[in-house]
Amino acid sequence: MFDIESIYEAKSVGDAVRALNERPDAELISGGTDVLIRLRAGKGAGRPLVSIHELSEIKGVELQENGDIRIGAGTTFVKITNSPVIQQYIPMLGEAVDTVGGPQIRSMGTIGGNICNGATSADSASTMFTLEAEIVLEGPEGERVVPISEFYIGPGQTVRQHAEVCKYFLIRRDSIDGWHGRYIKYGKRKAMEIATLGCAVRVKLSSDKKLIEDVRLAYGVAAPTPVRCHKAEAILRGRRTDDEMAVEEFVKAALTEVNPRSSWRASKEFRLQLIAELARRALADAVRLAGGKAADEIACWRSGSLAESDMADDTSCKATADSASCDSMADKEVCAKTGSASTDANRRSRTGEEEGGGRDA
Amino acid sequence: MLEIISMRVNGKDVELAIDPRESLLDTLRRRLGLTSVKKGCEVGECGACTVLVEGEAIDSCIYLTVWAKGKSILTVEGLKSPTGELSPIQQAFIDEAAVQCGFCIPGIIMSAVEIVGAGRRYERDELRKLLSGHLCRCTGYEKIIDAVEKAVEAKLASQRAG
Repeated sequence: MFDIESIYEAKSVGDAVRALNERPDAELISGGTDVLIRLRAGKGAGRPLVSIHELSEIKGVELQENGDIRIGAGTTFVKITNSPVIQQYIPMLGEAVDTVGGPQIRSMGTIGGNICNGATSADSASTMFTLEAEIVLEGPEGERVVPISEFYIGPGQTVRQHAEVCKYFLIRRDSIDGWHGRYIKYGKRKAMEIATLGCAVRVKLSSDKKLIEDVRLAYGVAAPTPVRCHKAEAILRGRRTDDEMAVEEFVKAALTEVNPRSSWRASKEFRLQLIAELARRALADAVRLAGGKAADEIACWRSGSLAESDMADDTSCKATADSASCDSMADKEVCAKTGSASTDANRRSRTGEEEGGGRDA
Repeated sequence: MLEIISMRVNGKDVELAIDPRESLLDTLRRRLGLTSVKKGCEVGECGACTVLVEGEAIDSCIYLTVWAKGKSILTVEGLKSPTGELSPIQQAFIDEAAVQCGFCIPGIIMSAVEIVGAGRRYERDELRKLLSGHLCRCTGYEKIIDAVEKAVEAKLASQRAG
């Protein structure tokens, strides 16, 4: 038995707004996967609940005539991932919400709840930032639209007023056509885990696939709220997709735009390392998904955990790597002159040795 | 302040009085005596309370019974044939020795029902992901994945035959 005063099943969004307006102490419940757990822990106990769990009007994904995509706030993660519209137009979002909790949670939890909870760790949030999602709220005074960049005001706090209900999210066609993206979640285990860090990158390449025409970068758990990194984006715009220097400048700028903290999950220092590394990997993946060529350096670092098997597959590179044993800067220069294939092998070799030790450059 | 609701449980329409504050887990265990539905963590992490609601596996510990109004619920008790035989999925768990203490198994079997019902083959890594909402402290999962794989194969074979 949950410690609640009562539960009111709203008949419509308007009905939920009215019920919330009548009771300033009422709490809104959608999928229930966060609210009921908080209640069981005694947080916010004894209050009335207003449920929007059964409201079909706020469920589902819809491609509108003008090319915008409308995602009902009550749509569960599974329904988003399985939506043909999402799979065709924003696969990145379907993949991002497929990292939430486990299968049962994904069949219960909703994207509206994920965003309105105000958690910086919400797996959908950073991707929604890179999609420049607009949040449509209905309150006693009517409807209003809030860009996601203005929605979060602090840890667990959003601009949603007590009697407002999130109805749906609007993703504009401008943020869909020609864009490709990747969300990477870092956690200690693959399932039933809250993100230690989440990184979302979307890119739009030039028609010849050589230049990054536009890019968007956002993080979860890199600050008290999800954050977008505009300075980093500005640096990368117009640069070549395989420009390693540009990628490093991009990463450096991103590090100035975040503010991670130490928690029991991870230290600030580790999060800073993740912020840099996940940006490189997510960018490389996004560029590849868009049909471009990612910077070599990134490909090498990506294969870090596979270092040994990669080298075993390529004996000529292995020999070079062994003899050169590229640990120092001087060695790196020597290796760089031995040709691109062996350079790759050497980089992999270093990556393998440094696993867990981080990046030295 | 009980409320009368009706739902379909294991293929039978039931009408019962519930407290609107209770979880589907408590309703199924205490009011309907369906004790295959286990109470584990009560916070949606262990999967022991997994049941199907409208064919979808959910954690019944964090699902309010009022939300199940008019819906179809399936638990392990609903899997046996009219003559009392085990379902092919249950049999696969026995054949593969996938059960040790057994506490997590009814929940895993319900997820397996959803997986097998999809009627397609999965890679083992895909099965691991689909079963990742369950904790088992005994088996190390290998035998459980073997059993689900076997049940999927049996289903596909019966589809081809039928």
